[in-house]
Amino acid sequence: MVLYFLCFVLFCVGLYCILRKRNIIKMIIGLGIVEYSINLFIILTGYRRFGRAPILAHDQQIPNMVDPLPQAMVLTTIVIGLALIVVAVSLAVRIYEKYGTFDITKIRRLRG
Amino acid sequence: MNEFLPFFVIIPLGAGFLTVLLAGRIRHASAVLANLAAGSLLVLSLLCVNSLSRSGTLAFNLGGWASPLGIKVVLDGLSGFILVVVNLVSFLAMIYAASYMRIYTARWKFYALFMLMLAGMNGVLLSGDLFNMYVFLELASISGYALVAFGVEPEDVEASFKYLIMGALASIFILLGIALTYSYASTLNMSDIAHALALSPNSMIITLISILFLTGFGLKAAIVPFHAWLADAHSSAPTPVSAVLSGVFIKTLGIYALSRVFFNILGVTPKILFIFMILGIFSMILGAFLAIIQKDIKRMLAYSSISQVGYIIFALGVGTPLAILGGLFYLLNHAVFKSLLFLNAGTIEYSTGTRDLNKLGGLNSQMPVSGYTSLLGSMSISGIPPLGGFWSKLIIIIAAIQAGFFGFAFVAALVSIVTLGYYFRFQTFAFFGQPVTPGLKIKKAAWSMNLAMIILALIAASSALVLLPGFRNFLDSAVGVLAKGNI
Amino acid sequence: MKNNSPGMTLIVKNVTRLTVGLILIYGIYIVLRGHISPGGGFAGGVIIALSFIHLMLAFGKKAVLAKLNQGRVLFLSALGATAFLFLVTLEFFKDNNRIILDNHFKLFGAGFIPLCDLAIALLMGMGLLAIFLVLTLLTSDKE
Repeated sequence: MVLYFLCFVLFCVGLYCILRKRNIIKMIIGLGIVEYSINLFIILTGYRRFGRAPILAHDQQIPNMVDPLPQAMVLTTIVIGLALIVVAVSLAVRIYEKYGTFDITKIRRLRG
Repeated sequence: MNEFLPFFVIIPLGAGFLTVLLAGRIRHASAVLANLAAGSLLVLSLLCVNSLSRSGTLAFNLGGWASPLGIKVVLDGLSGFILVVVNLVSFLAMIYAASYMRIYTARWKFYALFMLMLAGMNGVLLSGDLFNMYVFLELASISGYALVAFGVEPEDVEASFKYLIMGALASIFILLGIALTYSYASTLNMSDIAHALALSPNSMIITLISILFLTGFGLKAAIVPFHAWLADAHSSAPTPVSAVLSGVFIKTLGIYALSRVFFNILGVTPKILFIFMILGIFSMILGAFLAIIQKDIKRMLAYSSISQVGYIIFALGVGTPLAILGGLFYLLNHAVFKSLLFLNAGTIEYSTGTRDLNKLGGLNSQMPVSGYTSLLGSMSISGIPPLGGFWSKLIIIIAAIQAGFFGFAFVAALVSIVTLGYYFRFQTFAFFGQPVTPGLKIKKAAWSMNLAMIILALIAASSALVLLPGFRNFLDSAVGVLAKGNI
Repeated sequence: MKNNSPGMTLIVKNVTRLTVGLILIYGIYIVLRGHISPGGGFAGGVIIALSFIHLMLAFGKKAVLAKLNQGRVLFLSALGATAFLFLVTLEFFKDNNRIILDNHFKLFGAGFIPLCDLAIALLMGMGLLAIFLVLTLLTSDKE
């Protein structure tokens, strides 16, 4: 029970970073933290009591395993998050090239 | 015909990867490959919709694994309808891009990213599985972020970063909704979730899941509290990308996903329908009033997109079958007209080098194709009979009056008059009248740009024929899927 | 000791000479046993990319670019993606249940899954390497 609550705390920390920080790099780090918290939450939904890792082994018969479907979901989600952060960091590099600053309150040429 | 369903994703992915393999070494190879892929997808989608009317829903299990274990690819009436719209607009945007992209360098990167976005959109429409839909939604979104930042101006990168942060937050909310749905229903297949949710009583977690999905998909569809990214992103993208983003992207990822999740999986209650109506009304009003004051053509068209998407959400919110018919017909019309208008704006920018309405004037004599096609597009989107936009707005307003929402119907009619106002202003300032800056050099538009605009204008002029009894079951099967609801 | 050549100090360079090959072999091991133990294409591809990035960090960017220049990296990555798509088109339309479930725990069993793992490892490894090469473009211009 405490684990779910801590996941939510991590989500809120990441969300605070995205919303309130002024530096672009800190916003991207906040995005990463939010994604990790969601991945953790997805794996936690597959937990069964007294379950073991869902790997078939040569010689043992394992009666109960934790749910393997959330683990497959998380593998995909980690790669999607990787692609997102790569695009965000390349955009941050180009913003520095064009504007000369990482401060988001000074990058406001489009308005109205 | 069932086995051809995965090809909607395999063909554009293959074209994209082959483009990266060749990497611009052979001249024009990337443009030819992209046009071939988009054209074959259009033909395939028409064939699939044709066989849909004969044999009902098409379904295919990937890899032969049966339903509770495997991933299913499903094409029913609603998916088929939007699939034809998506592939048609993308094909015409590819024809336009064959000569428009001359003003950019590294063209093969553009075609590769565009093919990935097309694969993502097709994947969202065809997936019968909630997590599969999320994966393709992310594929299309990330290609969208990269495509918006394609130009060399600083404003492009700023707009793309803003779009990225908001879009990534929306995807996070959707993923959280999917995780909660999985933990509640213990399956990811859409029809199985509908069964599991219908059996158990209504609980608070369904409200939380509804709010998360509404926020996430609403941001992708640019509904009013979440609309701030649209104007910057759509006006800074290259023109074929703007046309596809505003014409089909916000409809596939936003409205289709919203209606699929709420009508078919979670089950609509009158409370949710009322929220849709309120959000639709706010989008209509805010989009229209923000579009009046714009000087930049593409920004005005982007705010107008927010307003028209508000119409579609309002129609879905009214909920009666006549209103859903009006909403889906308006989706078809708006996809065609808005992409036509964006292509016109791009042609104006290609020919004169500026997009500012205060500096243009009197272009009708030197750019007759753009002038007449944009006149047709503007007349239709403002709701002038007998073009298609008039019929769809009429159906929506009549359905709202029949359901008893007189005030909302009056507001919808009023916003339509405001729409007429700012499109009339666009026409007079850009095409009629005298040139404001006398020495403006005008470059002739290339043949493929004119061809794409003429084809779109012909489709726009004849889209009212879809309501005739012969072609009507194309729309009726789509309406039937949504009206059947949660079964 | 002064640092005259690009990259890091002498100790790091000597240790890197020993460990780069081991990291590469470990990555290939994880890819090949993807259907038996955890790992597979994604994780193995990341570890293969890590070995090249290790080389790049210790010896400077030019040492890696001398082995594989940027166009070739992009080409290999797209080759991996095309190979994966080709395998999917060939195999997704058959009924694969019997092949996968019969050959448990054999290295060369399980149908087309090891081939998919190899394609994805090539795609991920070269893709991550291309990303790192592009992201360090600015700093090498300023030096």
